[in-house]
Amino acid sequence: MINNNTPDQQGRFGDFGGRYVPETLMPLVLELEQVWTAAKVDPVFIEQMDGYLRDYVGRPSAIYHAERLSDHFGGAKIWFKRDELNHTGAHKINNCLGQVLLAKRMGKTRIIAETGAGQHGVATATVAARFGLECVVFMGAKDIERQKPNVFRMKLLGAQIVPVTSGTGTLKDAMNEALRDWVTNVDNTFYVIGTAAGPHPYPEMVRDLQSVIGREAREQILQREGRLPDACVACIGGGSNAIGLFYPFLDDKQVRLIGVEAAGKGLQTGEHAASLSGGKPGILHGNRTYLLQDDDGQIADAHSISAGLDYPGIGPEHSYLHDIGRVEYLSATDKEALDSFQLCTRLEGIIPALEPAHALARVADLATDLGKDGLIVMNMCGRGDKDVFAVAGHLGVEI
Amino acid sequence: MSISRITTAFAKRAANGQSAFIAYMMAGDPDLLASRELLLGLPDAGADIVELGMPFSDPVAEGLTIQQAAQRSLSAGTKMADVLSLASDFRKLHPQTPLILMGYANPIHFVGWGKFAVAAAKAGVDGMIIVDLPPEESEPLAQALADNDIALIRLIAPTTIGDRLPKVLSGVCGFVYYVSVTGVTGDAVPDAELVANAVHNIKLHTDLPVAVGFGVRTPQTAKMIAACADGVVVGSAIVAAMHKSGAKAACEQVKKLADAAHCKA
Repeated sequence: MINNNTPDQQGRFGDFGGRYVPETLMPLVLELEQVWTAAKVDPVFIEQMDGYLRDYVGRPSAIYHAERLSDHFGGAKIWFKRDELNHTGAHKINNCLGQVLLAKRMGKTRIIAETGAGQHGVATATVAARFGLECVVFMGAKDIERQKPNVFRMKLLGAQIVPVTSGTGTLKDAMNEALRDWVTNVDNTFYVIGTAAGPHPYPEMVRDLQSVIGREAREQILQREGRLPDACVACIGGGSNAIGLFYPFLDDKQVRLIGVEAAGKGLQTGEHAASLSGGKPGILHGNRTYLLQDDDGQIADAHSISAGLDYPGIGPEHSYLHDIGRVEYLSATDKEALDSFQLCTRLEGIIPALEPAHALARVADLATDLGKDGLIVMNMCGRGDKDVFAVAGHLGVEI
Repeated sequence: MSISRITTAFAKRAANGQSAFIAYMMAGDPDLLASRELLLGLPDAGADIVELGMPFSDPVAEGLTIQQAAQRSLSAGTKMADVLSLASDFRKLHPQTPLILMGYANPIHFVGWGKFAVAAAKAGVDGMIIVDLPPEESEPLAQALADNDIALIRLIAPTTIGDRLPKVLSGVCGFVYYVSVTGVTGDAVPDAELVANAVHNIKLHTDLPVAVGFGVRTPQTAKMIAACADGVVVGSAIVAAMHKSGAKAACEQVKKLADAAHCKA
């Protein structure tokens, strides 16, 4: 297995990660680490996970040769890892399932989560409904407005939605509010963090739970093509789908790993969500990582057309992989994502979420660079049904 | 001089059988000038120790009152350098009263632990409480502060139990800050008996004074906490009074709270 990337005892990936939480939460975070360390090697837990992933989530997800897109770009052969076909329409449920099973194991009765686009909220509410647990989802007021279908979906699933108006009313503020709730309800509550960030052990735990994507993709591409891909590409907000795809390939040095951040209106405009390309190391939400911040250490607002990428930080393992140069981090603008969204829909009959549409924008260049002999695996980490209304708005279409 | 200011402030009250009153306010709320008036008036209103809040965009341990104060301050353009200049002004006027900065790690990390510690010492700061730096993460700052004779005050929570309590207390400096409720600032009202037990337990492991904060809003609660602790911290109630009625009214509020905290048990 990959040894050089397991965080150390303090939960650090190089200089990144750690446990920057108020003392009230510290004992919980330490307990969670113990429980997770035991659970992940417990055959009973593993069997439980495998069973639900197969029968409830629908894994393994397919790998699909995007033939018409490959032809269109005229270069490398492009394969999609189809995590958008999972139950609830995104990769998020891989993680929620594991964390909720862990919550049950710890005897917790109440689940809380933050959500941006609503995909993590829907996945958490879904799994909480399945296991009969109370579920409270914190969501920025601005995001509630732009993700109405998901809000209603969560309510149907029995979750309580708490609108967050503090700060900028987006994902980071929802996470602040979830942490405040957790500090207040430490006894009965489990906080299901949706991305590979937060205090240790979350970044490691979320990575391990999402690594099913990369393990399957590696096996599938070897079977279909008889060799490893030249590159794996994934979009990055907090970075859970990307680390899930990349992790099992980290030791395959010949495989280029490429993360695509949201460049919003353009990196030079300052209105973006590209923490690595436009941020500096700092401390937020329990970990030290690259963050968008102003010239006085205040956290800056992120901007992206995609609510799921609209976060001023990034998981600490990505910060580490960036600094050691193992993963290349690029970015794509709102406009490029919109164009790719439409292109993929027309050519492949797959409506991608706006998040992976960012990844697709860079796959286009990469396909040309690699040429006809190249092989690319892109994580199609979510489907775009949730974005249809927002996209219509951006295209000036009334529906 | 710095850490001993804290020790002396507690000792003076203890010599009279009293608890110390610790007043928290947000730097730069609603703007620098108004917050300066409140800051400079706190010792005369009865504050034995002053905690000056450093505004942060994402304060995860604060209730709504202090969150909004931080936002007002940042909207008014408050910078970390302004917080330190407030501290300097305070130190010139009040050479004896301990001044403690309270806030979050990122704005300090941004400046650099060592560089900020030096600047804070120069401004006359005696201690710091950094909410999101638990003992596991606080070593670099603690060292930088120690080099400048500034105390990094540790927080103990109701969840700090078992083996963890002596472990966290083994590195304390200045005084111990007991967070009286599991929650954010200014929300729940602490339970007198639970707080008394917790303070008793803490004192089995340290000789330093124990102050209690989070959820103390009224003179009645302040008096109740003073009966079992060496210091009483009030924050949200002062911040709310400042927001509603300005510095003079906030100082009157501080006086009532301080009088209650100074009541001999």
